[in-house]
Amino acid sequence: MKRFFINRNFTVGFILSIVVIGMAVLSFLWTPHEVNEMNARHRLQGPSMAHPLGTDQYGRDVLSRVMAGAVVSIIVGLVTVAIGVVIGVLLGLASAYYGRFLDEAIMRLSDLMFGFPAVLTAILITSILGPSVINAMLAIGIFYIPIFARLTRATATSEWKKEYVLAARASGIGEWHIIGSHILPNILSPLLIQGTIQFAVAILAEAGLSYLGLGTQPPHPSWGRMLYEAQTFMEMAPWMAIFPGVAIAWAVLGFNLLGDGLRDTLDPKMVRMR
Amino acid sequence: MAEESLLSVEKLSKYFPIGGGMFAKPKAWVKAVEGVSFNVRKQENFGVVGESGCGKTTMGRMILNLIEPTTGRIVFDGTDITPLSRSRMKPFRRHIQTIFQDPYSSLDPRMKVASIVAEPLRGLGGYDRLQRRRIVAELIAKVGLGRADLDKFPHEFSGGQRQRIGIARALCVRPKLIVADEPVSALDVSIQAQVLNLLDDLKAEFNLSYLFISHDIGVVEHMCDRVAVMYLGRIVEIAGIEAFRRNPLHPYTEALRNAVPAPDPRHRIKPYAMKGDVPDPISPPPGCAFHPRCDYAFEKCSVERPRLKSVESGHDVACWYNDGRGLVMD
Repeated sequence: MKRFFINRNFTVGFILSIVVIGMAVLSFLWTPHEVNEMNARHRLQGPSMAHPLGTDQYGRDVLSRVMAGAVVSIIVGLVTVAIGVVIGVLLGLASAYYGRFLDEAIMRLSDLMFGFPAVLTAILITSILGPSVINAMLAIGIFYIPIFARLTRATATSEWKKEYVLAARASGIGEWHIIGSHILPNILSPLLIQGTIQFAVAILAEAGLSYLGLGTQPPHPSWGRMLYEAQTFMEMAPWMAIFPGVAIAWAVLGFNLLGDGLRDTLDPKMVRMR
Repeated sequence: MAEESLLSVEKLSKYFPIGGGMFAKPKAWVKAVEGVSFNVRKQENFGVVGESGCGKTTMGRMILNLIEPTTGRIVFDGTDITPLSRSRMKPFRRHIQTIFQDPYSSLDPRMKVASIVAEPLRGLGGYDRLQRRRIVAELIAKVGLGRADLDKFPHEFSGGQRQRIGIARALCVRPKLIVADEPVSALDVSIQAQVLNLLDDLKAEFNLSYLFISHDIGVVEHMCDRVAVMYLGRIVEIAGIEAFRRNPLHPYTEALRNAVPAPDPRHRIKPYAMKGDVPDPISPPPGCAFHPRCDYAFEKCSVERPRLKSVESGHDVACWYNDGRGLVMD
């Protein structure tokens, strides 16, 4: 564990991310005010003792909503990365193992997906399926599949050529067992690094989609949605926009630095893919 | 020969396709191994020498059933193992094990030594954790490492020690035959001798036979009882070690032997360098594949391919010039 914290990026990223995760966990147990509780008398108040980050146009407490928004961001990050990793790794392994036709098919398909602008297509998907946080996660997750498929294919192909795989085969170890005991452990660190970075990207993408009204639906708090609602009151109540904005930047920066730090420590040779 | 044969390879060939794509047919075939036959007797060290790219490694991998031969048979201890499926091959895996060339890529960097060495036992099945641990601990001592080393990772060891780990892995299922593909060529010369001596000691203790694949004639001469010389996928000469040293018949063997420096500084070697390069295996020269580089070549050599013929007991050569006559007899 010590070797990770020698890396500044990792240390800073770790602290920033822990704050976000801590906020999310804490919001389940305690928030300063009820997240969706409206209070017309306290609307558009600036930061004060009662409302450290101020209140919005319905008198809801911004701090409580930023905390609850962290939950959405983290769930979106986890689910989208999970979709990308599970399907992407399977496709990547199949591609690397079978080669030839299947490899061509999978890789050309991912080229095709890389060719589309991800955000525009995510907007398209959520518009068709209807705006909701689940559809937003699906839309983002689908774009993660080719990223992990490529990464897995590239790393697994080189592992499969190593002599220890031949040694395992010569010992009568089955192919599935080789994948589980040799290939996966050896490609884990690039996947972990990429996963952390994509986690950050997902937070940003969800905020973007929610800002456009295609992600998390009101009254549920989401950082992107809060930014959108704050627009109208920018001059009267700038805190409504500043704090969710800071939260997005904070979380994205945190997980990105965490990913960079992991990469520098685990895999100095790895070239960052996309 | 009265001695029993452990492994016999009959007319083994492997062609690899070149080019071709998703829908296109391959443009050409590389004949990596072509019609190779030999046998390894029980408790014998059989050496295979040749330049890089002559098909030695491909042949070794076919014997381990890692590559499927294009044609030919591999008979191990009386059973033809060529057509066996993966699951039916399993019981034979314990009898044929292998030592790899590269001590770095042949050990999984994420596994502890104990799991690496025990892997063939897991492949074989029927041992529980404790039994595996006991066998592994016993073997690691035999190859000159300590019990404490079992819980280390491969990167904590030097090249020679890693090769010892590879040897322990090969031995843990008590094989009868070990295919050693360039087992020492990645090591420092001082370490090479240690590892070769270890292999020699283990041979006696475990009743092993080695199929020794190497480009290093010195190593093969030191270790082997009989030697086959390969050139461009074919065997050009098979001889007992004495005949190989004293009376190499194929001009290629002679050239290889001449390239070995003698450990005596006063010893003068004939200044001799082989002409040219190994020809392209996609389109080998007609006739004897060696003729463009051969000093003794005459017309017949470029027209007709010589077959492997016995010139004396246990000494076969494929050469028109030397067909039964014996080469240099100063």
